[in-house]
Amino acid sequence: MQTNQLLLLFCTVLLLLGLVAYFVGRAKASRVRASGAAMFAQPDQYAWFAVLSTAGPAVLVGAVGSLLLLLLGADIPPLYLLAASLVVAAAGLAVGITQVKPEFHARQAIERVIRWILAGAALISIFTTFGILFSIISEALRFFQMHSFWEFITGTNWNPGASFLASAGRGDGSGAEFGSVPLFAGTFMITAIAMLVAVPVGLLSAIYMSEYAPTRVRTIAKPVLEVLAGIPTVVYGFFAAITVAPIIVNIAGFFGLDASYNNAVAPGVVMGIMIIPFISSLSDDVINSVPDSMRQGSLALGMTKGETIRDVVIPAALPGIISASLLGMSRALGETMIVVMAAGMRPNLTANPLEDMTTVTVRIVAALTGDQEFESAETLSAFALGLVLFAVTLTLNLVSVLMIRRFREKYRVNNL
Amino acid sequence: MSHTFDEISQQLKRRHRKSSRLKWVSMGALGLAGLFLVLFFADMLSKGLPAFQQAYINTEIRYSEEASRDGRQAFDEDLIPLISRTVVRVIPLQLRDNPELIGTSEQRWMLANSAVDQYLKGHRNRLSEQEKAEIDERVAAGQVDLRFNKTFFGSGDSKIAENAGILSAVVGTVMTMIVTLLIAFPIGVMTAIYLEEFAPDNRFTQAIEININNLAAIPSILFGLLGLAIFINFFGVPRSSPLAGGMTLALMTLPVIIISTRTALRSVPDSIRHAAFGVGCSRWQVVRDHVLPLAMPGIMTGSIIGLAQAMGETAPLIIVGMVAFIPDVGASFTNAATVMPAQIFTWSGEPEQAFVEKTAGGILVLLTILISLNAFAVVLRKKFERRW
Repeated sequence: MQTNQLLLLFCTVLLLLGLVAYFVGRAKASRVRASGAAMFAQPDQYAWFAVLSTAGPAVLVGAVGSLLLLLLGADIPPLYLLAASLVVAAAGLAVGITQVKPEFHARQAIERVIRWILAGAALISIFTTFGILFSIISEALRFFQMHSFWEFITGTNWNPGASFLASAGRGDGSGAEFGSVPLFAGTFMITAIAMLVAVPVGLLSAIYMSEYAPTRVRTIAKPVLEVLAGIPTVVYGFFAAITVAPIIVNIAGFFGLDASYNNAVAPGVVMGIMIIPFISSLSDDVINSVPDSMRQGSLALGMTKGETIRDVVIPAALPGIISASLLGMSRALGETMIVVMAAGMRPNLTANPLEDMTTVTVRIVAALTGDQEFESAETLSAFALGLVLFAVTLTLNLVSVLMIRRFREKYRVNNL
Repeated sequence: MSHTFDEISQQLKRRHRKSSRLKWVSMGALGLAGLFLVLFFADMLSKGLPAFQQAYINTEIRYSEEASRDGRQAFDEDLIPLISRTVVRVIPLQLRDNPELIGTSEQRWMLANSAVDQYLKGHRNRLSEQEKAEIDERVAAGQVDLRFNKTFFGSGDSKIAENAGILSAVVGTVMTMIVTLLIAFPIGVMTAIYLEEFAPDNRFTQAIEININNLAAIPSILFGLLGLAIFINFFGVPRSSPLAGGMTLALMTLPVIIISTRTALRSVPDSIRHAAFGVGCSRWQVVRDHVLPLAMPGIMTGSIIGLAQAMGETAPLIIVGMVAFIPDVGASFTNAATVMPAQIFTWSGEPEQAFVEKTAGGILVLLTILISLNAFAVVLRKKFERRW
């Protein structure tokens, strides 16, 4: 039998057993209560306890068994596993029914189980993080067994083509070069352009919204800005490639410069526009949390409004503003679709943003959408790049959290 | 060093001018962001709206013996370079299924090919002068016209531009979102309930909290790597399937749902909990019967917003292979499927001019759905908003 057929069978039988448990348990509890005994719990609660004692152990046995099968390659026929878990379910049903007696605290028993289930759900986020770490690191290690880590970090040539020939049976793949410096240079160039757009516009918008704008403008402007954040990145990518890039080429041509249609400016600018709401929203919250007594003190000393904002409010809000910018930067580094669609594919170590250059995320997508076998060095290099990306964005996120915490402690605000 | 009143008032004027300059500059920044939004939507509308119309040619189809072997025989010779290849291709199949049609003829609006379509819309095309004249003549006679594009909404992807539609991607999106919601919603709400109502404040819960905030800020493409390595390579979930895509997106959406659910739970005042505890409810009964129903509108709002985010996500889905070419509507959760953003990405890579329009049209459909979802969430919040 197929795995999904087995799974379906398992679920059906378990559902039926659960129904039996519920109705038999309930009937028995009602009978006991009708006989005049003082019970600790309601009939429904006894019934639910019977259901839990039927399904719980069976699911546990099934899950542990399948994990053993998958992880250790243990030699258990799946059919036996199914039989074992159903036997456990039947035993649980019997136990559940016999537990329907006046002195048994069914409610507390259920609550304990529910608590465990809820805690189990909370663990999934931890599993996800470990899953990401584990999957990326293990594949990245396989890559570093083929190519040296040092070459990966410091090499200036990214040329995986030779490994493709090797997997096609031509050559031995020795000519493949995996030096990631040009990729990171491209990534940082595009990120820098994005931040040049996003930080001034985002911060100034936040200043206007929190210090000058009447409430009505504020209530409209904030959600409208959030629309920018809600636009899918694939749409931004199309916009950057089809509309913005030709404009940039024309402008550059007007000044007598030669720009590529895959220039780094178009994805950078569009990415910056995407990041504006992240920066303006968080900066707005932070500026609003700066205590009014500071503004009053400054104005009382005869400062103008502009001077108060520039010399008092902004310096006070600085940790929060830095935190917002770091978050925006981490988003720009990991952003994929805009650069896949609008930036180039060619690793290019240059300082000229009008040339085409490629980024880490572009190469990850390129490595995993080709027709390579999974074991090839090029495919695995995606995981090595992903590992570095993970490390960099994690650091930025953590620093950002620390900065905002510093601001929070300094001014004792608790809504940030 | 003393200043005259005049000097001081000059100085003051300067300072006030400087102050008001900051106001105008910051207002300008906000205006710039707004201006961009307007330009963006104008650009998308002007590029995408033509996709909802398509050129059709009204002509006679002659169902003859020859036409059942070669579809081209059913049309006037000078029409053949103008009508769509798909129409020509269908005719022999049609005649095989209905042999009684042979010998009859019929007047119908047929799909024109994308070159005619682009010519009528005034775009770049590959028609010769003679063909253009032919079309102009037929347009004047009312035989060629732009009509509502049923194909775009009613069929799946195709390599023939005029035959490409978004239906299979819409169905794929719906299936993927079902998987995402079925996994992320219960787990997310359960996690939030645990952290907010049950968990003691210890290292373990703090670790979970830091983790969740972290997951919310990790680049989405890394979730794609996770989905590829764990779900597809390790657990053997079929590649390109809504199941694989949905599970990957579920892990991404989880933090959004957890964070918004916690906010919703926290906004339920403690007096409600105290009252329920006071009449002898257990902790779970308090949560299930009193806190959760009151927090539900907030939880729904957060989940809809999270779902809308997941719906626009492309990068992780490309990594798990959801950019497959899918001409037919998907049948099950384990078959290969594609989703709207991935379809947009695929079309944007097609070199033909007609596909630019398709891409923008697909974008308009996607944006319409996303904006409606977000508007619905806002309405939901407004409707059930309660001040305690």
